[in-house]
Amino acid sequence: MSSATQSVNTTSMTQVVKKRRLRPARVRELVVTLLLIPIAFLWIYPFLWMVSAAFKTNNDIFRTGLTLLPQTLEWENFVRAWVQARIGQYFLNTVIIAAGSVSLVLITTSMMGYALGRYDFPGKKTIMAFFIATVFLPAAYTIIPIFDLVSTLGLNGSLLGVILAQSGGAHVIFILLFAGYFGQIPRELEEAAIMDGASFLRVFVQIMLPLSKPIIATTIIMQFISSWNDFLLPLVLTLPRPELRTLSVGMYAFRGEYFTDWAGMAAAATIGIIPVIIVFLFLQRYFIEGLAGAVKQ
Amino acid sequence: MAIRTAPPPIVTAGRRRPAKPVWQRMVEARWCYLFMLPGMILTGMFTFYPIVASMYFSLLQWSGFTTNATFIGLANYAEVIQDRFFWAAFGRSFLFMFTSVPVKLTLALIIALILNDAALRLSPVFRTLFFIPVVTTTAIIGIVMTFILSPFNGPINLSMLFLGILERPIDFLGEADSALWTVIGVEIWKWLGQPMIYWLAALQTVPPVLYEAAKVDGASVWQQFRNITAPLIKPFAIVIVLITAVGTLKVFALVQTMTGGGPFFATEVMEVYIYRTAFGSAASQTLPRLGYASATAVFFGFTVMALAVIQWLVARRVNRGGVETGGMEG
Repeated sequence: MSSATQSVNTTSMTQVVKKRRLRPARVRELVVTLLLIPIAFLWIYPFLWMVSAAFKTNNDIFRTGLTLLPQTLEWENFVRAWVQARIGQYFLNTVIIAAGSVSLVLITTSMMGYALGRYDFPGKKTIMAFFIATVFLPAAYTIIPIFDLVSTLGLNGSLLGVILAQSGGAHVIFILLFAGYFGQIPRELEEAAIMDGASFLRVFVQIMLPLSKPIIATTIIMQFISSWNDFLLPLVLTLPRPELRTLSVGMYAFRGEYFTDWAGMAAAATIGIIPVIIVFLFLQRYFIEGLAGAVKQ
Repeated sequence: MAIRTAPPPIVTAGRRRPAKPVWQRMVEARWCYLFMLPGMILTGMFTFYPIVASMYFSLLQWSGFTTNATFIGLANYAEVIQDRFFWAAFGRSFLFMFTSVPVKLTLALIIALILNDAALRLSPVFRTLFFIPVVTTTAIIGIVMTFILSPFNGPINLSMLFLGILERPIDFLGEADSALWTVIGVEIWKWLGQPMIYWLAALQTVPPVLYEAAKVDGASVWQQFRNITAPLIKPFAIVIVLITAVGTLKVFALVQTMTGGGPFFATEVMEVYIYRTAFGSAASQTLPRLGYASATAVFFGFTVMALAVIQWLVARRVNRGGVETGGMEG
């Protein structure tokens, strides 16, 4: 017992006396690593199972038990997912919606955050209060009027309706992050620029925005995750228009039509999920730092 | 400290105001209003207008297909109060949130504490693996999970049978007793990575020197957490709880794709209930009732917002109390 606590206690002294005290930290590392490997494997097991099922035949999926390696590679499943379930089209729709809503949200929240964080103007407190009051607004509260509004505006025939509706949520967290960040920047910086004759807009675009890269990263990542995961809005706004469906809605509709085609659904799910995981693996530094920025600022 | 918390002298504000009338300050701030405009138009259309419109719709009898909506006053609300499906869904939404949020935050904190260890060289790899479910599409995960949890040779049932934990396969999503807990479990798995990253960010702000000092003094791991880590990450905790709770309100995608609210409404949370009432579903042959659904949405929305405001006021009070009595603990 006492030796165990001691081993924990001495870990970070390693730099001081490297040779003698290296071992306890290494022992602890080994134990923790060996414990975490099976947990992490189970954590991502659903994805491994999904990819494996995508290559099996419909009969084999639930017959071959726990084996992850398929006996034959059924590329046919992916053809069905691509042609019947139109997953390629839905993937593209989802990318367009995510790109559109991320851009719009970035522009609107950075501009609002700049005005709110750096300047005092009549009505500022009221506007802030209204926005903060909506933080806990459930999505289901607004969905019926949004559906009605998008139909009235005639936007239910294009992806624009979904993009605008996603961007029009009160993104209080992003606004507060931008406001807090811009508020900290010293006044002298823009005063010098204004002396040189730079306009309000130029100060914002050329001086302030480049300084706020960490918040821009956080906003892009959080809004991307939220847009990519969105289901209720695109479901309500695009269900009657199959060519406008997003991945979520398309997959949901595919199951409704071909509910016994397990392998086809697994293939469709694989096409929908794996590219995002790959993108995440390449850009994970930005994902993790971006998300962490929401708390750190 | 007393000087810092003292209210700002009113004189300044009083002296400034008569010098510049409101209209003049508004003209001076015209760029600010211009910068607020794009965001205000979008949120006005898709957040603030819907808040008001929902209240109006809730006074109508309206199927959505026709334009002839009838004004029926508060009749929808009278019906909401007596609707046991509404109250069941209402309670379930809160049960979902009050189960998922604490479990998710606690597990995420434990994992973050383990991964924050500088000696763990594989820490970034584990962090990545635990985070992967967060970036995947919820609705697709919901569908894949129905396979994974399937009672007909689904991998979870198979492995539990193989290990001898079960004698007969469990229909996790098909039985009213287990369905809601299963969905909550999947929701925790799906989103755990997000608070984990938040906690890690908070933990990285704690200077390692403090732990080294504590170790020299012979403090146990628990003592280190209680006396060093916990107080230092407390300011972050409020933000983390808030972001996580807001996120947990949005469970429609997972519930709708995993169970559709079934079996026998056992997993019907408010969002699913409102969707079913407003837009109909294959199971219910009834006409969509947009007016009635709006009334339930307004009722639910205002309850959630009222609870949030109360929680915020309490948290603020507790925090203030903590500052005032701060000397007592040390």
